[in-house]
Amino acid sequence: MRFELTPRTTVSPVARAVAPVAAFIVSFLIAGFVIWLMGRSPIAAFNVYVVQPLSDPWSLQELLVKATPLALIAIGLSYCFRANLWNIGAEGQYVMGAVLGSWLALKTHGTDAGFWVLPLMLILGMIGGALYGLIPAVLKTRFGVNEILTSLMLVYVAQLTLDYLVRGPWRDPKGFNFPQSVTFDPSATLPPVMEASRVNYGTVFALVAVLVTAVVLGRTLFGYRLKLTGDAPRAARFAGFSSKATTLAVFAISGGLAGLAGISEVSGQIGQLQPSISPGYGFTAITVAFLGRLNPFGIMVAALVLALTFIGGESAQILLKLPLDLTQAFQGMLLLCVLAADALVSNRIRFVTRGGGK
Amino acid sequence: MTTFEAILLTIVTASTPLLIAALGELVSERAGVLNLGVEGMMIMGAACSFAAAVTFDSTVVGVLAGILAGVAMAALFALAVLGFAANQVGSGLALTIFGIGLSGLIGAPFVGARRDPIAPLDIPVLSDLPVVGRLFFEQDLFVYGSIALTVLIALYLGRTRSGLTLRSIGENHGSAHGLGLPVLRVRFLAILFGGACAGLAGAYLSLVYTRFWAPGMTSGRGWIALALVVFAAWRPAWVLVGAYIFGTATVLQLHAQAAQFGVPSQALSAVPYLATILALLLLSLRRGRAIGAPGSLGVPFVPDR
Repeated sequence: MRFELTPRTTVSPVARAVAPVAAFIVSFLIAGFVIWLMGRSPIAAFNVYVVQPLSDPWSLQELLVKATPLALIAIGLSYCFRANLWNIGAEGQYVMGAVLGSWLALKTHGTDAGFWVLPLMLILGMIGGALYGLIPAVLKTRFGVNEILTSLMLVYVAQLTLDYLVRGPWRDPKGFNFPQSVTFDPSATLPPVMEASRVNYGTVFALVAVLVTAVVLGRTLFGYRLKLTGDAPRAARFAGFSSKATTLAVFAISGGLAGLAGISEVSGQIGQLQPSISPGYGFTAITVAFLGRLNPFGIMVAALVLALTFIGGESAQILLKLPLDLTQAFQGMLLLCVLAADALVSNRIRFVTRGGGK
Repeated sequence: MTTFEAILLTIVTASTPLLIAALGELVSERAGVLNLGVEGMMIMGAACSFAAAVTFDSTVVGVLAGILAGVAMAALFALAVLGFAANQVGSGLALTIFGIGLSGLIGAPFVGARRDPIAPLDIPVLSDLPVVGRLFFEQDLFVYGSIALTVLIALYLGRTRSGLTLRSIGENHGSAHGLGLPVLRVRFLAILFGGACAGLAGAYLSLVYTRFWAPGMTSGRGWIALALVVFAAWRPAWVLVGAYIFGTATVLQLHAQAAQFGVPSQALSAVPYLATILALLLLSLRRGRAIGAPGSLGVPFVPDR
């Protein structure tokens, strides 16, 4: 027996909404099976991964903290993916945003520089990410080089640049030889939203990005242009939309938001530069963007869901001795299921017995 | 053995996994399937082959396990992109993310273990020739295998009926389907072949190249293999040339790091990645855009469309 796909003429909105949820459940069952194969209790794992983080106020805060960079990066990626452009180097743009923003923090360290430092750092972070994102975009528009490979190669280059800086010229001389920069001054630190809270203004940036994107995609010509470029590139050309301008714009936007996420993390949660400033946010954000169906509000929810896998993964490592890699395996499985579920929404599946024909 | 000879030998060792992985991807792409999961299949091959080789104390079992792991990963990808007509770019990325995570789980108990080197073939008399002797006649089996594979794939694609079928499916799956060619079956087999090659390349990395397992040890080699296919304009002979150019860049970079002449080690480590970008750039300058790419590359096939 085998099955065949046929395109559906009408797509049910209910199926569209249920698909990501179904994908999530399927990947959860698979993960449970893997955990069972490893000789651990899937129920205990479910408890640690999902129930505990959601029932503890401190973890709920942590959820927002982890969801913030994911949402910011994924919102940016949704601009690219909508136009059918594949920026998979968000991790590198995140790092370069953090590096350029931190440059100012280190430059003004201990100088009693005023209130202007932090806003300028955030702007520099966005510029750093945007410029880094523009490299694959320019290579694509001017020379026709595949953006998938170049944006990814640049991730490794960005990580090596950061590594060089924190081990070399930017290392804290009083840091006992640890590869890290000095701790940022208060004027270069992103403050918490409320007193004694871990949630900082990065979360506010993410919310603003969600709202602005909802308006841009739904209500502006630019949003329409992205949709047309992605769905029907020929029609977009006839409509006079320059695909080059679109490519440059979406890469700058997505790089800029990734850079903002980077500098927000470094100046907020971490407070200094280190060799590793991301547990793979840039790659997980790809899953977030698709799980959220490239819709800003969907992305917001998806970011919280995947933030849960990071937090659950950390506590599962401590409590159940389950390796942290399980989180990444789960995230990859989830993305695969989301894409398959999406395809099932727009195609009808039909089982055909051999010899039965059509 | 002189340093020069040693460098030449390591170039071969560094180039072989790139060549094997890129050849597999080439076949899959000629059938019209873009599988960005090479890195994921490769690292699974590396983890599974090392785990199996240590557990059963057998290199042969290890290599088989690596190939099998690559095929299993490829089957998962085939289910998504052929069975469900899912987006190929996204599914490939997912496969890589999944593979990196799962390989970490599988490899965890084997961190710190080591394998003995595999004895190279020693072809009598010929291997005693100066310089060329060791280089050409005293390599491990994989090296000869990878070169034979290049020739076989070139012959298969260019000279056989089945190779022609595969290419026409890659060029235009609609017409091929109209002619009654089994689009999905050929693509399925091509994807599995790509997975087997990626798995074998991974096995070579952990069993021959490093002889230990470390998480993330492929460090972008799967992606470089993907770039090599573009660089070679989808022709097997050029994949061989490209793989050896990249292997050379990687090895020279390592020797430069050891020689320590004032350049930060990170700058040298970045060389293979920058070289990939540069190669893609030079290529597009020389040949215009995307010439040679199979016509249906990356487009999901749904009959009756």
